[in-house]
Amino acid sequence: MNFIALIGRTFLRFLAATGRLSYFTARSVSHCFRRPLYFGQIFRQFVDIGYYSLPVVGLTALFTGMVLALQSYSGFSRFDADSAIPTVVVLSITRELGPVMAGLMVAGRIGAAIAAELGTMRVTEQIDALTTLSTNPYKYLIVPRIIAGTLMLPLLVLVADIIGVFGGFLVSVYRLGFNAANYIHQTWEYLEFSDVTSGLWKAATFGFIVTLMGCYNGFNSKGGAQGVGAATTNAVVSASILILVSNYLLTGLLFATK
Amino acid sequence: MLPSDSKTPKIELRGVAKSFGEKRVLRGVDLDVMQAESVVVIGGSGTGKSVLLKSILGIMEPEAGSIKVDGEETVGIRGDRRDAHLAKFGMLFQGSALFDSLPVWQNVAFKLMRVTKISRREAKERAIATLASVGLGPDVGDLWPAELSGGMQKRVALARAIAARPEIIFFDEPTTGLDPIMADVINELIIKCVRELGATTLSITHDMTSARKIADRIAMLHEGRIIWQGPKSEIDKSNNPYVDQFIHGRAEGPIKMQVKKD
Repeated sequence: MNFIALIGRTFLRFLAATGRLSYFTARSVSHCFRRPLYFGQIFRQFVDIGYYSLPVVGLTALFTGMVLALQSYSGFSRFDADSAIPTVVVLSITRELGPVMAGLMVAGRIGAAIAAELGTMRVTEQIDALTTLSTNPYKYLIVPRIIAGTLMLPLLVLVADIIGVFGGFLVSVYRLGFNAANYIHQTWEYLEFSDVTSGLWKAATFGFIVTLMGCYNGFNSKGGAQGVGAATTNAVVSASILILVSNYLLTGLLFATK
Repeated sequence: MLPSDSKTPKIELRGVAKSFGEKRVLRGVDLDVMQAESVVVIGGSGTGKSVLLKSILGIMEPEAGSIKVDGEETVGIRGDRRDAHLAKFGMLFQGSALFDSLPVWQNVAFKLMRVTKISRREAKERAIATLASVGLGPDVGDLWPAELSGGMQKRVALARAIAARPEIIFFDEPTTGLDPIMADVINELIIKCVRELGATTLSITHDMTSARKIADRIAMLHEGRIIWQGPKSEIDKSNNPYVDQFIHGRAEGPIKMQVKKD
């Protein structure tokens, strides 16, 4: 009997958490489309989320592209298919690895920072202080972060795509002995516009997920230093899991017609 | 004991109740605060004093009861009416709650810059003037909140609470965590600033020295209800065992220590 009660309680708690998150999401998104918008804050988040994530995302993309070329070579050379490497690299990077790796890196960098900052503001009553200063905390704290995350991640991923493909190019030409001109030609040959755009749609979704989970966990944190720590962990873990799950769903959706 | 004044109270609470899960924090609070009056609510830790202030502001929504400000019901209001409601208030938080991402002057001018749309330079001038009124020099304006001592942070927080000249000011434990001298400085500043603004104030504290100093009227909150209220001169002859135990700080008495916070 106790065991069944436990299942029931867990299920109810799950439903309550889902409801709370849905309500928070609806409220945050609706504020994104209503004035006033704090453009100064939005710009600050553009710089924080977009510009300062460039080194991390760029390095990740570079090494992902490099290792992708190496691994594909060790597999494909067994049945003389090395000429497929440029295509494999560019498609993998633009469709999958660019957005997913950038999303996960940004979840660690930005999601954690947002949760810790908003969590500290919550436990030190700074969020309540905003309300008493006639400023809606959703508009001042959450809207700028969600807008910046959703718009900046596609740009970051575009840069990551280029750097990642360049990483594959470097390894193929200087280590595996490919002809540079041929490699570039092969890269363009089978690349379609939709390969890149589908990756960018994913990136926008991941940017939304990362900033939303950071804001949700930080905004609702309680109980001092430990609460802020838990909020930060939850923000990164939940964002990472949601990125991987939604990546599968989006891939199914975006490539369903092919 | 209701005030004899026949005007509408600035703030009027009737039967305000608020629970968190199983725990009933407020169980029907009735309280009136008249125009330009200073009411101090005393009570032990965890008796729901902060919840009371946050309910009036609308940061928390009570399940039952009515909260009227200037005779207008404020429970459950949204949008423009809520903005107009909040514009009347200023609040000094227990831990100061200064925005650590902004320099001191931007903290003080925060509401001015957002609500009144004045220029940045004018906002800074007014911030520095407000800082001067709490005894801080213009150089403090360019410091960061983290660079200030606790007492100085309280002063800046007081400046922020009064900068937009609110009609109603809430003080949440204004002297907690300060040494007795700094506590007295803050009490004096509160009295001075409130008098200059002509504001109505509602404070919560468990510091009796502070309560006696800043209050016109004192109310005691215990187990979610106001169990006694009256002019501060009458608090020593209340004949209420709960009030007596509290103001004399005795461990023995009808008030039992609470284990869990609200």
